[in-house]
Order: sequence, then structure tokens, then C-alpha cells
Amino acid sequence: MSNPYVILGVEPTASGEEITKAYRRLAKKLHPDLNPGDKAAEERFKDVANAYRLLSKGENRKRFDAGEIDEAGAERPRQRYYRDYAGADRANPYANDEAFGDFAAGDDPFAEILRRAASARANRRGQDLHYRSPITLAESIAGASKRLGLPSGDTLDVTIPAGIIDGQTLRLKGKGAPGTGEAGPGDALIEVEVLPDRRFVREGDDLTLEWPISLTEAVLGEAIRVPTPTGEVTMTLPPSTSSGARLRLKGNGAPRRGGGRGDQFVRLKIVLPRQVDPELSEFVTNWEAGKAFNPREEGVG
Amino acid sequence: MTIDLEEFLAGSGIDMRTMEHWFAREWIMQFQAEDARPRIPEIDAARAIFIRDLKLDFGVNDEGIEIVLHLVDQLHGLRRAMLALHTETVKRPG
Repeated sequence: MSNPYVILGVEPTASGEEITKAYRRLAKKLHPDLNPGDKAAEERFKDVANAYRLLSKGENRKRFDAGEIDEAGAERPRQRYYRDYAGADRANPYANDEAFGDFAAGDDPFAEILRRAASARANRRGQDLHYRSPITLAESIAGASKRLGLPSGDTLDVTIPAGIIDGQTLRLKGKGAPGTGEAGPGDALIEVEVLPDRRFVREGDDLTLEWPISLTEAVLGEAIRVPTPTGEVTMTLPPSTSSGARLRLKGNGAPRRGGGRGDQFVRLKIVLPRQVDPELSEFVTNWEAGKAFNPREEGVG
Repeated sequence: MTIDLEEFLAGSGIDMRTMEHWFAREWIMQFQAEDARPRIPEIDAARAIFIRDLKLDFGVNDEGIEIVLHLVDQLHGLRRAMLALHTETVKRPG
């Protein structure tokens, strides 16, 4: 490399701004990626870039002007440019044929060759695209069909299989970004998020429901209707059921990893009428066996 | 064919957010990140450097870069067609 001021075509007294301007003017003309067919451009661009690197930093420029360092101080190892990878003889998935589409449309050998060159576009499989789909607990148990709106404005229909668990990912083959050349599109990966069902307290795959019962139901033991994630079921209370008793509905919980479902527990809570009922009050007053029973001695349940 | 993405970003001074912006504008195709340490195809890395030069060294704005890339992609398509024509005519003269 020779004198950096000469290479950039500026006076040694040029300001930083003038140097940048001169560099940009030259670099725009010489950048190898803007001159893919000009082998000499690279060498000239390197000189210009090195000259600029030397003169654009005040410290380096001062040292160069004082003779402390020479031009070689700013040289860098050879860089590979885009054109080295995008060249005519390489598979380049970016190259397009719009510039000669009209010539390739003809019915002559020349057009034939052009068409072959056009179809030789590099094969690159499309990108996998990632989405999230929130579903309800009931949908995770029973399965669901979802239509996802994509950022592109398109929609994607997803069949969520029954028994899916939170965080599981569905792969839809070929529903990702399109590929180039003859390579196929990528896949759509949908991560399923199971939203909590506020009626239940969830621990692992088990669900607990706190459910009120009347005094009559508690004493006599009756069949009552109880909600589960997927609808109501009938549950029979044993006679003389206490508040806090926990009954199990086997296999009515959330889907379990590897198949099956957890359990649903129903914690019962006896709820009395808001107003004191005179009849009940009178009965309890005269109920000798009730007065004799001390749950703090007998234990509950 | 591919290089380590993080090493490339550190070496080129391009940060991941900028890179993601370029993916979103489809200046660079998103690549498959199958490994724990993502890698980038060499051609994409070289294209990113070219975009960086246009932006930082030449002061080209986003709209300008879009135009430059579109024309450069056409240029490479043309060069491939030229090469095909050249090969065919040299191989089968007359």
C-alpha cells in the first residue's frame, strides 16, 4: 500500500469529514460486492479501506503523520466477500432470474440455456416457524381444532390431539417458510400452553375442587352433581359426611405425561342457610346425641 | 459451510437484534438452528457483512439497502445465466 492520503485522493491537511467523504465515494465504486465481475476491485478496495482505517482514527493518523507507524500497520487479513459465495458457479439461494426472464421465454436454444440456468436455483429447505397456542384444560383432555392467525395474515389449522400436556410441541410438516429451488418448506412447530382452569387447584396432574354441600346432603348422603374439567358428573356422598372430607374421582384430572390422566379430588364444605332456621334450631337444641358428640375428642372424618 | 453464529457476531460487530431485524426484512434467510450452539451458513454471514458495509461504511438507509440487494441478487442471477451461456457455447461451438 502506498501513501494513504494519495490513495484516498485527499490533502494531508484534510479534515476527518473530508476523509470519510472521500472514502465513501471510492468505496461505493470499488466494494467487491458491488463489482462481482471485477477481480481487481478487491485489491483496490482493500487499499482504500486500509487507508481509511489508518486515517479515520485520530490517534493512528497522528502517529502516521509523525512517522511512528507506516501504512502496513493498518492492514488486515484478507476478508472473504459475499461475491465469493454468491458467485455464478455456486449454489446461491438469493440469486433471482427476474433480470432475464424475458429472454428466457423464447423458443430458441439461447432461451433454453437460460431456462436451465434459471431452474438451477440453489436448494435450501425453508425455515421452521415457531408458534404458541394457548388451550383450555378441557381442550387438553378432549383435543381441539384451532385456527392460528399468523403474522403473515394467513391462518394455520391445527388439530390438538386429546391428552396433550403443557409445553408439548406439535410439528406440522411442510407448514413452515417456503424453501428455494427444489427443497421443500420447513415445518411449523406449535408449542401448546395449557391455561389453568380457575375452578380447580392443580398439583401435578391432580385437580382439587372445593365444593359446597347442604346439611341435608351431608347428613343423609345423597348423589350430587359435581363439575369436572369436561362437564358434570354424579358423585354419591356417604351418609354423615363432614366438611373437609375429600372424595376422589379417579382419572378425572389433567392429562399425564405418557398417557392417562391424574385424579380429581372434591373437598366438601357444608354450607348452612344464611338465616337461622327456627325448625333446625329447635331440633338441634333438643338433640341429645348431638350434644354428646365432641368432634375434638373423636377426630374428624 | 457454516460457522458458529456467536463467533461470527462477535467478529463482525453485528449484534443479534440487528441480525433479527435483517431476518424479519428477509434480507437474510433464517437458517435452521438445530444445535445448542446455532451456526450460520457462510453465504449468509458474508451477505450480513455486505449489508453491514452498506449501512455503516456507506451510510445507505434501509430502503436503499433493499434496492441494492434486489439488484445484486438479479446481478448474480444474470451472472449465472452468462456462465451457462458461456459454458454451452464453448463446449459446443457453432
